[in-house]
Amino acid sequence: MTMMTGAEIVIRCLQEEKVEYVFGYPGGAVLHIYDALFKQDQIKHVLVRHEQAAVHAADGLARSSHKVGVALVTSGPGATNAVTGIATAYMDSIPLVIISGQVPNDYIGQDAFQECDTVGITRPCVKHNFLVNDVHQLALTFKKAFYIANSGRPGPVVIDIPKDVTAAKCRFDYPSAIQMRSYNPVVKGHLGQIKKAVHLLLEAKRPMIYTGGGVILSNGAEPLTRLTRRLGFPITNTLMGLGAYPGTDRQFLGMPGMHGTVEANLAMQHCDVLLAIGARFDDRVIGNPDNFSSLPRKIIHVDIDPSSISKRVKVDVPIVGNVPDVLEEMIRLIEAGNAAPDAQDLAAWWKQIEEWRGKQCMKYRMRKSVIMPQYVIEKLYEITGGRAIVTSDVGQHQMWAAQYYKFEQPRRWLNSGGLGTMGVGLPYAMGAALVNPGMQVVCVTGEGSIQMCIQELSTAKQFRLPIKIINLNNRRRCSTAVATRSRTWIRCPTSSSSPRLMATSGFASSGRKTSRQRSGRLSSTTRTISSSST
Amino acid sequence: MRHIISILLENEAGALSRVAGLFSARAYNIETLTVAPTEDVSLSRLTIVTSGTDAVIEQITKQLNKLIDVIKVVDLSEAAHIERELMLIKVRATGKDREEVKRLADIFRGHIIDVTESTYVVELTASGAKLDSFIQAIDPGLILETVRTGVCGIGRGERILKV
Repeated sequence: MTMMTGAEIVIRCLQEEKVEYVFGYPGGAVLHIYDALFKQDQIKHVLVRHEQAAVHAADGLARSSHKVGVALVTSGPGATNAVTGIATAYMDSIPLVIISGQVPNDYIGQDAFQECDTVGITRPCVKHNFLVNDVHQLALTFKKAFYIANSGRPGPVVIDIPKDVTAAKCRFDYPSAIQMRSYNPVVKGHLGQIKKAVHLLLEAKRPMIYTGGGVILSNGAEPLTRLTRRLGFPITNTLMGLGAYPGTDRQFLGMPGMHGTVEANLAMQHCDVLLAIGARFDDRVIGNPDNFSSLPRKIIHVDIDPSSISKRVKVDVPIVGNVPDVLEEMIRLIEAGNAAPDAQDLAAWWKQIEEWRGKQCMKYRMRKSVIMPQYVIEKLYEITGGRAIVTSDVGQHQMWAAQYYKFEQPRRWLNSGGLGTMGVGLPYAMGAALVNPGMQVVCVTGEGSIQMCIQELSTAKQFRLPIKIINLNNRRRCSTAVATRSRTWIRCPTSSSSPRLMATSGFASSGRKTSRQRSGRLSSTTRTISSSST
Repeated sequence: MRHIISILLENEAGALSRVAGLFSARAYNIETLTVAPTEDVSLSRLTIVTSGTDAVIEQITKQLNKLIDVIKVVDLSEAAHIERELMLIKVRATGKDREEVKRLADIFRGHIIDVTESTYVVELTASGAKLDSFIQAIDPGLILETVRTGVCGIGRGERILKV
């Protein structure tokens, strides 16, 4: 075996992990790594314009593909700029490996140029992080990092590498497997608990299925759909879980929570057995946990993370395990027993639900003076055949996209649910476009959010990424206004001069502005979107 | 309620701050914290005294288990256990107080480990509550300085926390 530098080892590790794209921004502390990166062509580097976008783009790649996203940033400001991206991925449990440069070992703690305590700063928003002081530990650390990031409940892992380590030499030996005594995520659910859950489900008079991002992340959409159809139960997907069950199916009640449908929320409230899968009873979904718990109902909760269970809401049947494994076991038990829920009870429950659904809470009135944003999303759905990867930023446009684009498949809807990071839409679209060639990628954004990472238009142009951006300009920080309107009016600043986005078309290959609902104008604009390839 | 949580974790740089950071980030309470390597130097044993409702304690143990460096977590106070804390207390020891402090130290099975003309240092090992009562028993005007290690604990009998 030949000796390799730390920098070469970093690149070899990424190759071993079959990484295709690294999003990054160079700086002093990572120069050796960049040098090694450009001596090979297996891994492609995407130069972003700001480190936050590097992490978001890696995150978008991971969300849309079930691969681990990789970002490379320099020490000090490079690492601190990446923190928002890391926290965003952490809140939504996205598998990432972020490589950050660090000042040389001898300089650590000396307040050196571009030094910061990256491991300390990122500690609360990573699944785990490492500072690699010794080149001999480098390969093993990468193996651990990828394993930790992508197993159990996924999450971002930071590897901080001092510059001298990237120059030091040692033999390269990449472990083929890894065992950690302190980390053994549970996969199989407890059979006794699963049996109890199945029994409860079959006995239920008013059952309800509520699923979240965990189903998407674990690739559990297929068994979930089979189980739901077999049982004939109503189902709701959270913002993070959209696409886990076909959005156009009759059993699908729409999203729950603050921005959800009447029928999904009332069914959550009035059900007698609630099956929660890979969801965490978030405050935007159930509101006040005390009020939510005041109605009697049995709750079954399937999650790979024990700490998600009984965190906000006490549950009756906890099942810790990997979602698809647990779902397959449930299906097996139901099929083996040839069991079915009581048809009469279920019919009565559906009658009630249809009554709620009859209120048509998502109906809106068309107006002559402006284009209704809901209509834009519906048109987008129509033109893309519901098959596009849709990314969004954070705000009203995000909710409209979630409500009116009917997601049929998982990993087609990318947005920041947990942290609510404005500015993710464009970099998410970049990551998704790279890893899903040939697919339509649309970023639905607002005039506020798009400005948070607008510099990435330049990256998208340089790498000729076929991304369509739809800016729903309502000239307000509207979701903040919606959140506060119900109580007291809280003043909220609005940008007095939103940029005329068309002015940025120097970065883009084409741009259209549409403001009035003239016949066909919107359709022709969206058709342009659908036909243009770059 | 007061709980004593015992943690076995990797003896690695930053492992302690992950535990401490978890408590502050999630607004859990730490009353005392002690940590030292075990007979196997790759492992540290950490004892935290905390308080909270049953739901909070459940979350604390779950969140601790979630940390990658944490190998095992046990709530010692759930079953029979022993807890001990070491206190060094420096007191003014002049005139009739000199005799009184000596007597009190004997009652509490403490040792006087430093003697000057005007001061004693008393070493006391006991449960946290017993150390509190010693402090209460002594005239507050006499106490010059106290230093306590925080509680460490171990399960009774066959209850063993090991990898």
